[in-house]
Amino acid sequence: MKRFKRTSRIEKVNMRNGLLFTLPALLGLVGFTLYPMAASLYYSFCRYTGLKPPVWIGMGNYEFMLHDRLLREALWNTVYYTVFAVPLGIITAFALAVLLNAKVRGLAFFRTIFYLPSIVPVVASSVLWLWILNPENGLVNAIIEGFGKILAAVGLPQINGPGWLADPRWSKPALILMSVWGVGAWVVIYLAGLQDVPHELYEAASLDGATGWQKTRHVTIPFMSPYIFFTAVMGVIGSLQYFTQAWVMTRGTGGPVNSTMMFSMYLFQNAFQFFKMGYACAMAWLLFMLIMAATLLIFKTSARYVYYGGR
Amino acid sequence: MARESKVLRIATYCALIIFSVAFFLPFYWLITTSLKTENQIFRIPPVWIPHPLKWSNYTEGLTFVPFFTYLRNTLIISVSNVIGALLSCSLVAYGLAIIPWRGRDFVFFLLLSTMMLPYQVVMVPLFTIFTKLGWIDTFLPLIVPSFLGNAFLIFLLRQFFMSIPKDLTDAARIDGCSELQIYRGVIVPLSKPALATVALFSFMGAWNDYLGPLIYLFDQSKYTLSLGLAMFSSQYGSYWGMLMAVSTVVTIPIVILFFFTQRTFIQGITMTGIKG
Repeated sequence: MKRFKRTSRIEKVNMRNGLLFTLPALLGLVGFTLYPMAASLYYSFCRYTGLKPPVWIGMGNYEFMLHDRLLREALWNTVYYTVFAVPLGIITAFALAVLLNAKVRGLAFFRTIFYLPSIVPVVASSVLWLWILNPENGLVNAIIEGFGKILAAVGLPQINGPGWLADPRWSKPALILMSVWGVGAWVVIYLAGLQDVPHELYEAASLDGATGWQKTRHVTIPFMSPYIFFTAVMGVIGSLQYFTQAWVMTRGTGGPVNSTMMFSMYLFQNAFQFFKMGYACAMAWLLFMLIMAATLLIFKTSARYVYYGGR
Repeated sequence: MARESKVLRIATYCALIIFSVAFFLPFYWLITTSLKTENQIFRIPPVWIPHPLKWSNYTEGLTFVPFFTYLRNTLIISVSNVIGALLSCSLVAYGLAIIPWRGRDFVFFLLLSTMMLPYQVVMVPLFTIFTKLGWIDTFLPLIVPSFLGNAFLIFLLRQFFMSIPKDLTDAARIDGCSELQIYRGVIVPLSKPALATVALFSFMGAWNDYLGPLIYLFDQSKYTLSLGLAMFSSQYGSYWGMLMAVSTVVTIPIVILFFFTQRTFIQGITMTGIKG
């Protein structure tokens, strides 16, 4: 009896300490997440300018979405960006990690080179790429034209660099190209994963007469699938919220002809430039649903290809 | 067999060198453009090695924008964020990893699930809250939240704390240490690498942040480097030499930080990849 009482006293003390230690997060959770979530949901059913109190308009904002052409365009641009940027990023990072894993000399040097772009402040890299992708004097087009001249010299048709951010057909590829430059963090993650692949598996595969490609296909990729899965989820969540680079590079316009108007940019404009804060909240909830749906889709399909060693 | 592997090695190095050049070229272009005269900047074919070096892009660029004001503002916000994150995230992670209490799994789950929530959902109500508090156009909305925990950093620290042998904390408890004493005397000293990672991530996050300052700061004297550089770029978009000089100056502190903390960086990144 005495003993029972004692444990319950310890439990009480632990409960108090646990709550005290987690208090900052609990306050943050309520004040900066749960309450704002509820408020945002409420505002999404209101006309709300931020200046006057919100006025309930029911489904008004959501109905307006159906007729908002710019919203549809922004959604399309964002999905386009995500569908290309994430897989291209994964493929590039994977290729680089495999190369680095080949027991090369100067690993630290190469890893640093690939990782550096991802720590450059986003605004600085956006300004830099604006210059590099400049259609007339940019580095990328200078290189393309250099190759073009070589092609022309051997009788093939000369190629010229595209207009990149000045051309609505090339503006999204421009943003995707820039995003691939920043995949260094994924390279580091993959490299750590590759170094964990048990050596015996490769040896066993070799004994069975597997070729290099077969080893990649049946040993490396299955082993790496949890890492690829992790980066795919993080990449999709991040890409669907893509904002800063496009905002800085187009000076907040989403041009040319709205070809780089991203969902988050249009949301920001509605909230803080047009003061349609209720509509912005409704858009935010749509974005949340989209992210949940995309994540769920990756999770569902992942059961088929993600392999957890021994689990 | 041996010959084949030799060919493979050479091919690997070739591929690595080509990729390295491609990844490094933008940096080279950033620095060389920042040292070119107007004349050299627009020349076709491009000038690969600027001569003479136009250092005045730096002096002009840094006086054209109130650079040192921006730097000071950015440092105030970033350092406060580091302090906030170290204090709050380590305490919360301790509460979630070391103290056994009912409801802790629930709190942990709740915290983790907020990582899925896009910032855009809470953006407008947060703006309303900060307006009511009179915090708009101050650094407070950019600093105070960091003192109330960050789900991702808490998760990182919790995973680390869980790996510390339970015997150590139990022994301290038997010796009569309070939880706060165990936190300070046992856990914090053992967790320096993880805490360094948290410090680094929160510093980088605040230093690079653009959306936060864009929402909350209006007065130009309160701008951060990101905001200042973006504004400078949209107003003086054709002064490429100066723009590249300012961009270089914004980038260099981060690159230097990277060189001094490489191991922490790499560890942090692999930790986020959730090994095991």
